[in-house]
Amino acid sequence: MRSPLIGVDPADHREAPMADCVLSSRVRLARNLIGFNFVNRSSPEQLADVVHRVQAARLGGPFEAGTRWVNVQATAALDRLMLFERNLISRPFVEAPHPRCVAISADETTSVMVNEEDHLRLQMLAPGMQLAPLAERMFELDRSLERSLEFAFHPRFGYLTACPTNLGTGIRVSAMMHLPALRMLEELDKVQRAAKDMHLAVRGFHGEGTEALGDFFQVSNQTTLGRSEHDLVEEFAGVIVPRFVEYERAARRTLMARDLASLDDRVHRALGILRNCRLLALDESIKFLSRVRLGVALGRITDIERSLVDRLLLEVQPAHLARTSGGELGQGRDDRAARADAVRGALRS
Amino acid sequence: MERTCDCCPNPAVVHEIVVRNGLKAEVHLCAEHAQERGFILPTSQGPALVVGKLLGQARAAAPRQPKACASCGLTMAQVRETGLVGCPLCYRSFEQELGAIIERAQANATAHVGRHPAHAANLVDRAALRNRLARELREAVSREEYERAARLRDRLSEVGGDLATADDVDADAARAAMPAAEDGCSPSGGAPS
Repeated sequence: MRSPLIGVDPADHREAPMADCVLSSRVRLARNLIGFNFVNRSSPEQLADVVHRVQAARLGGPFEAGTRWVNVQATAALDRLMLFERNLISRPFVEAPHPRCVAISADETTSVMVNEEDHLRLQMLAPGMQLAPLAERMFELDRSLERSLEFAFHPRFGYLTACPTNLGTGIRVSAMMHLPALRMLEELDKVQRAAKDMHLAVRGFHGEGTEALGDFFQVSNQTTLGRSEHDLVEEFAGVIVPRFVEYERAARRTLMARDLASLDDRVHRALGILRNCRLLALDESIKFLSRVRLGVALGRITDIERSLVDRLLLEVQPAHLARTSGGELGQGRDDRAARADAVRGALRS
Repeated sequence: MERTCDCCPNPAVVHEIVVRNGLKAEVHLCAEHAQERGFILPTSQGPALVVGKLLGQARAAAPRQPKACASCGLTMAQVRETGLVGCPLCYRSFEQELGAIIERAQANATAHVGRHPAHAANLVDRAALRNRLARELREAVSREEYERAARLRDRLSEVGGDLATADDVDADAARAAMPAAEDGCSPSGGAPS
């Protein structure tokens, strides 16, 4: 099972740019079809018709190499949650009651949610900081879709969306940052405030409405009107994300210079816990994996690859864990023992 | 200007700001609709009588029909409640109300810049032409070149625009500076989709 969330480019297995501080990059576009009400105002029959039309369209781009269509409405809860944990569908899409489906490219870099808040939500993921190439690939996909689907557009308001906060370009670019040193120096709040001052949205591990888990948080553009996609991507890729990365790298240098033994102790203690624990809660696992990831990035831990840590960040999530441990997903189920087993097994020295 | 109720033409007595999905929306309700939705209003007889009289007058003056989107039937009150519009034409039906909401949500931006679908290329060109004509019209008015302004206004009207639909024009100021128009400009600004 391969996911673009794991910090090695699946195309050539080389380290992704800025992977020490950026877990993944994501670009998404919101689009709606002409001739239909938006999803919130459509009947189930109309929504089924939207699904039918999109399925009949030629998706192109990353879908050329293979497309998996998942009828989300008819999919078991565990599988829906798996898709969510792999960032292929959104949280509201997991539980929505209406006809909806998602197209997933063979390499899992790209998905098209049909009947999320908008008729189409196209999104692409890549490890590390790759917003500029992702955006280019996204525009190609958009152009290819446009040959068979007509999107609602207004010369003044741009691409029309159900929520006015997505109006205009309909684009959301985001980077999942890993900022453990800033947290250790207690500067994370300051950085988050600065991000908000720059009109950036700061979100948790799984996007809108989720809490920051461990030292991971996602920055994305707050506004979608009045600036071209190109300018936005250029600013994110050229200024905003590199600035966060530079803050974090400076904090890491400070930690190393100030008290190397203490830093070494923290990252190795975290690894020791992960290698020896018998019960491991989700938030604990993220916290310790984050420290190990830091240790790997700084060359303090040398017997583990970063891609393994990134894979574990995915595999400790409840649905992935239930799938690999053969268990069931149930409310109130204690999966700490299964999580500890999985992590211990993967990190065996 | 006094606010009217989101559901009827009566004056609003309850004003509330709702934040949902990061979008700030305002709710304005008259006494009757506020009570319908569970708002508790002052119960002393004085204001109640005044409200009652106002309600009576308003009822006589206008039918109690909330403003709804001509295409999907959604009302502005529902838009404010959910933070979502119902169809592309809602952006036309509630252009004024949504304009303010969009401006707030989009850090004061009012017009799209960037990519457009091929089918809309003509619309985008027309919009650019309308904006240019509107700008020239504003300049002509400010220089008191009224003959040129009249020609520009006619041309603008031909391409389906007026000062209100142009993005970069302070429409009220420009209108105030215009000599009284003999014939009105077409209010249409291109279909939203």
